[in-house]
Amino acid sequence: MATELPRTDVVVIGLGAVGGVAVLPLVSAGLNVIGLEAGGWFSTRDFAPDEVRNNLRDWPQAVPKAKREIPTSRANINFEALQGGGHPMMNGVGGTSMHYWAQSWRLNPWDFKVVSETTNRYGAHRIPQESTIEDWPFGYDELEPFYDRVEYALGVSGNAGNVNGEIKPGGNKFEGPRSRDYPMPGLRSSGFTDMMSDAARQLGWEPFQGPAAINSEVYGDRPGCFYHGFCDRGGCHVAAKSSTAVTTIPEAMKSGLLDVVTHARVLRILTDASGKATGVEYLRGNQVLIQPADAVLLASQTYENTRLLLLSQSREFPNGLANNSGQVGQHYFSHHQGAPVLALFPRDLNNWYGLPAQGVAIDEWADDNFDHSDLDFIGGGNLWVHTNRRPISAAKMSTFDRVPNWGARWKTFIAENADRTNTSYIQKTTLPYRGNYLDLDPQVKDALGFPVIRITAEHRDNEQRIAAFTQDRMEEWYRAAGAIDIIRTSLGGAMGASTHAYGGTRMGDDPTTNVTDRFGFSHEVKNLGILGASVMGTSGARNPTLTAQALAWRSAQHLVDNWESIAG
Amino acid sequence: MSDKKKARTDEAGEPEALSLSRRSLLKGVGLTGAALMTGASGTVAAQPVAAAAQRIRVVEAFETLTAAESATLDALASRILPSDDGTPGAHEARAVHYIDRALTGANAASRDQYAVGLQALDDYSMQRHDRLFHQLSPSEQDAIIEAMTENQLTAFPMLGAGFFNMVRNHTIDGTFSDPYYGGNRDFVGWDLIGYPGVRIISTPEEISQGRSLSPSRQSAYDVATYTKDPVDPAAVAQGGHHGH
Repeated sequence: MATELPRTDVVVIGLGAVGGVAVLPLVSAGLNVIGLEAGGWFSTRDFAPDEVRNNLRDWPQAVPKAKREIPTSRANINFEALQGGGHPMMNGVGGTSMHYWAQSWRLNPWDFKVVSETTNRYGAHRIPQESTIEDWPFGYDELEPFYDRVEYALGVSGNAGNVNGEIKPGGNKFEGPRSRDYPMPGLRSSGFTDMMSDAARQLGWEPFQGPAAINSEVYGDRPGCFYHGFCDRGGCHVAAKSSTAVTTIPEAMKSGLLDVVTHARVLRILTDASGKATGVEYLRGNQVLIQPADAVLLASQTYENTRLLLLSQSREFPNGLANNSGQVGQHYFSHHQGAPVLALFPRDLNNWYGLPAQGVAIDEWADDNFDHSDLDFIGGGNLWVHTNRRPISAAKMSTFDRVPNWGARWKTFIAENADRTNTSYIQKTTLPYRGNYLDLDPQVKDALGFPVIRITAEHRDNEQRIAAFTQDRMEEWYRAAGAIDIIRTSLGGAMGASTHAYGGTRMGDDPTTNVTDRFGFSHEVKNLGILGASVMGTSGARNPTLTAQALAWRSAQHLVDNWESIAG
Repeated sequence: MSDKKKARTDEAGEPEALSLSRRSLLKGVGLTGAALMTGASGTVAAQPVAAAAQRIRVVEAFETLTAAESATLDALASRILPSDDGTPGAHEARAVHYIDRALTGANAASRDQYAVGLQALDDYSMQRHDRLFHQLSPSEQDAIIEAMTENQLTAFPMLGAGFFNMVRNHTIDGTFSDPYYGGNRDFVGWDLIGYPGVRIISTPEEISQGRSLSPSRQSAYDVATYTKDPVDPAAVAQGGHHGH
């Protein structure tokens, strides 16, 4: 029998990058909040500079909930979905914001209005016919104040490109106007990023250090980055990475109103006969507990958000919670991060220490920052090169078809070239399409016997064309910097599981095509808020976390401001 | 170049990188950062670092590999990353010790493949040369590996590119991982590719030296805080697990 716990105002499912932000405005308004987190707490002592733990063994120090719920994936319904090698997310207070790269971009204004902007500039026929894309229900300006709050609450470093309409040198001139500078200047450059910046300027481009939720100098009681080189899937050993575990969550705990419940594995969201959410059922150890609440905020990342809704079936919602419209799981896409370009240089790059967020961006070929009149796609890609090199991955570098991948010649090759190669990171526009979706796998179950999520999604022509176009630009850039050899990797068909996963609970005014309203609350369950990139209808050409965090703050503030009508 | 590296570490009472780090830390990061480093969550830089060699167990038995398996695997790893040019390779790094330990833990799912694949390698060697794989000449071994990578040994389906790539990956992991895991003995893997070693902080001046930077010669677990042992009872009593 489940044990029913005392009622609270708000229960938040998942204390990661977005749930960990939403708790702050809630407690600031005096609400009592219970945060349920599947993982536990980590300290800096758990974050050894260890490539084996971080990059080969996927954090043996973490609760393995996600590892037991790995999605299955297929390109389309003609294939059987197979379980992939790992889950992109991890469990713990702070969630994946502990070991992510921490690139913290705002979307560009175009990303909010892809349909109308494309129609205005090129004509409606340029939207791929099979795409289900819609404009966001609001524009960049509406989200700007929340971007600002998150940047300051977490601590984001960066060089502004547009402050109140004034274009600033050293920043991204394509970004939307921001109300003030970043709280800290961007991370420092390196010899390699300086070299790449020089090459970009030769091409007439305007390179800039991208924004990161990593301190570039002392911020509050946390130090600046130590650049020790274990940031990629590594927790920060000095808490310079602004994960929610060291920023908004402890800040919210100071109020005494946030109760963090670790090792809580949520089984389903409960509802009553009127269709209101009444709380959450969860497993902790071997106990099943019920946490009643006046409002429920679901913040467990795209795959688990959709899965928990589909698993929360009831008489009122026989196809899953908030899914009487059949929209849960639709408009899914994972970010188009594949198809990188690899370069070989004739000299050492001195990249042994640094981090993925210490990089240089080119935004000239992203979004609609260039004329698409004579092109056969919409959108584009942000080009990114960064410092990040560790010994095992360095030794596994591409041989550029110059030597076999074993033996004496290979040994000589890696001895010479381990620090002479670089791989670009090109994030590209991805669109939602009919036929790309999430649902429950009919066969594969997790350790508790619940179905895992099944991904059915493949890239279409628009994605393939962006990949080819941006690889051309990237190759041009590497060649200008002196690269002597280039490898282009193909994009492939299936989208697969990704940290950058969008949709499934899309946000929009039309309840027949969207799960949540413009504030992220369910059209069908008024006191159920859904947080994360699962509400985003477009990807932009940059990392989603900061946008998901700004949206989470906005949803939480909306709940606070409309408490009686939503939760009453 | 490697002589120079050795000389510089030998004359230092403690790895040079750490003392540099401490200076950089106090100078560049600010007192708050330094306080955080030495606060309740345990010290990162202030612990005296034991000489790396003392921490690495020199006597080490194979836990799961049999005597025959370890001999065959070491011979295979030694051709993947050979040492016949006079510089250390997978054998000197003790990559097979890494693989053995991993097979009892994180890589346990691969144990059966190793058993079957290594047996097949010896079976094929016996059939073709009437000797075990590790008794063959390097050129005989290389010819078999070549055939494996091209999936030519059709009578021995286990001896294909899949098995080879698995062993190759694990040989690299063992040669270039932190020495804590049993391989990369004396940092020979890191020296080979010019990685100057684990550091707690890296200054622009250090980074710009690239592979000529004096190697740190430390495992991550030579830094006491990461062993998670209760090194300081006072610090442990204060907790600090909430990351405040």
